[in-house]
Amino acid sequence: MDVRELYQTTILDHNKRPRNFRVPEAANREARGNNPLCGDQLTVYLRVEDGVVKDVGFQGSGCAISKASASIMTEAVAGRSLAELEALFTRFHELLTGDAATPAQIEGLGKLAVFSGVREYPVRVKCATLPWHTVRAAAHGDATTVKTE
Amino acid sequence: MTALDVERVRKDFPILARSMRGKPLVYLDSAASAQKPQQVIRAIASLYETRYANIHRGVYELSETATRLHDEARSKVQRFLGAADPREVVFVRNTTEAINLVAQSWGRSRLRAGDEVLITTLEHHSNIVPWQLACEATGARLVVAPVDESGEVPLDEFEARLSERTRIAAFAHVSNALGTILPVAELAALAHRAGAVVLVDGAQAVPRLPVDVRALGCDFYAFSGHKLYGPTGIGCLWGRRELLQAMPPWQGGGDMIAEVRFEKTSYAEIPYKFEAGTPDIAGAIGLGAAIDYLEELGIEHVMRHEQELLAYGTELLSAIPGLRIVGTAREKTGVLSFVLDGVHPHDVGTILDQEGVAIRAGHHCAQPLMERLGVPATARASLGIYNTEADLDQLAAAIRKAIEVFA
Repeated sequence: MDVRELYQTTILDHNKRPRNFRVPEAANREARGNNPLCGDQLTVYLRVEDGVVKDVGFQGSGCAISKASASIMTEAVAGRSLAELEALFTRFHELLTGDAATPAQIEGLGKLAVFSGVREYPVRVKCATLPWHTVRAAAHGDATTVKTE
Repeated sequence: MTALDVERVRKDFPILARSMRGKPLVYLDSAASAQKPQQVIRAIASLYETRYANIHRGVYELSETATRLHDEARSKVQRFLGAADPREVVFVRNTTEAINLVAQSWGRSRLRAGDEVLITTLEHHSNIVPWQLACEATGARLVVAPVDESGEVPLDEFEARLSERTRIAAFAHVSNALGTILPVAELAALAHRAGAVVLVDGAQAVPRLPVDVRALGCDFYAFSGHKLYGPTGIGCLWGRRELLQAMPPWQGGGDMIAEVRFEKTSYAEIPYKFEAGTPDIAGAIGLGAAIDYLEELGIEHVMRHEQELLAYGTELLSAIPGLRIVGTAREKTGVLSFVLDGVHPHDVGTILDQEGVAIRAGHHCAQPLMERLGVPATARASLGIYNTEADLDQLAAAIRKAIEVFA
């Protein structure tokens, strides 16, 4: 597998210019994710009103996979209900840990599909899933720091 | 052999014949663990095939043979370290366990509230956490001597942190993350003048530097077999006889006793007092074979080979725009720790892996050091006896590829 199938243009772009890399005004939920072994760490902030993600942002540092995943995650969950966020979390997780990416798995995932190549690099899966576990913890109001390694 | 014949050495390591992701394997992670020569692999296999039995027990020939081989391995370690007596060599699982043994046995019986344990900023977690545990248990305090920007431990800073309260100074011979060689003899002399005993973590030193524990003047010296081209699961603690004799056992069981009664058990003499249960017999014998192998190559030649490659690699990597070598001590072993502008060390590691180059990326179990140097992680290429200039050329080419991907 060529390394560019992992580091796709979209991932490189979001790594270089992460979207929603900020603390949203009036954020009312947040959670911290930290993979101390590899040094990926981030805080995800949400403004949740009436069960809907009105605003989302993140801050932190890490590898390209974790940073791009966090950036694309914020785009994916903005405006979604918490139930939709949960469903996206599950689908994303399956995409990265399942046996093979079927067209049905990828359908409707939009930009998130660029992470399907990460599955070929088992040690990097935790980098891509950290922002998702963290946003889920924020949505649930879970105060413990999230870890995926 | 007058110099290290790398091509001949490479033929001794079966794993180097395999390819990695369709490319020749370039193994640059010997500071994490070294590959094994066939001499070591064969020594272990031949033990199990023809000479294996438990030791110190049987009245039959096999057990006597295995016991003799195990004893010989201990004597090899003794000679390799320049120790006075084989009884000063305690077999353990690894460096970590050796340090824990001292922290638990010596530390808990000797440390009192208000005492101090002196370490340095560049220690591996295995030379930090055992002391934290001992301090928690006894009320002693952990004191840390700083490193400078280059990754050296300034002698005056170390000396300034010694006091009449310092009971033990524990520090690395060589930094695993940066390759800094510490001036062990000078540090040990300073610590002794303050009345402290000295433990040296020799995990990174024994595979590449001549080590003479009596010349270094330390009291304890710890190392692992697996970094010395030997098997995993075996390591050694060397300790001065009178210190070991005065220390209480730390694990109880078979082999470590003189006599067991429910009223009172008496313990075996050193080193057996610290070796409860059936030991890693094959591990010790494999370690002995690894020492034989290195001694045949000549540790001086090993050191020179690594120093030449280090100079070559340092120049090669320094010429890469955006690359900064972390750890520039004047005295260094073959460790090239680096960061790249705009590319996280883990992404460097993944791209290098695609090119068949195995390095380590992360904090190298030295988080306080990484924090001091202001980097979350580094990519680390570390050298072994089988590495060549061609390996470093491939490393440099792979780094340039990573830069290109992230451009």
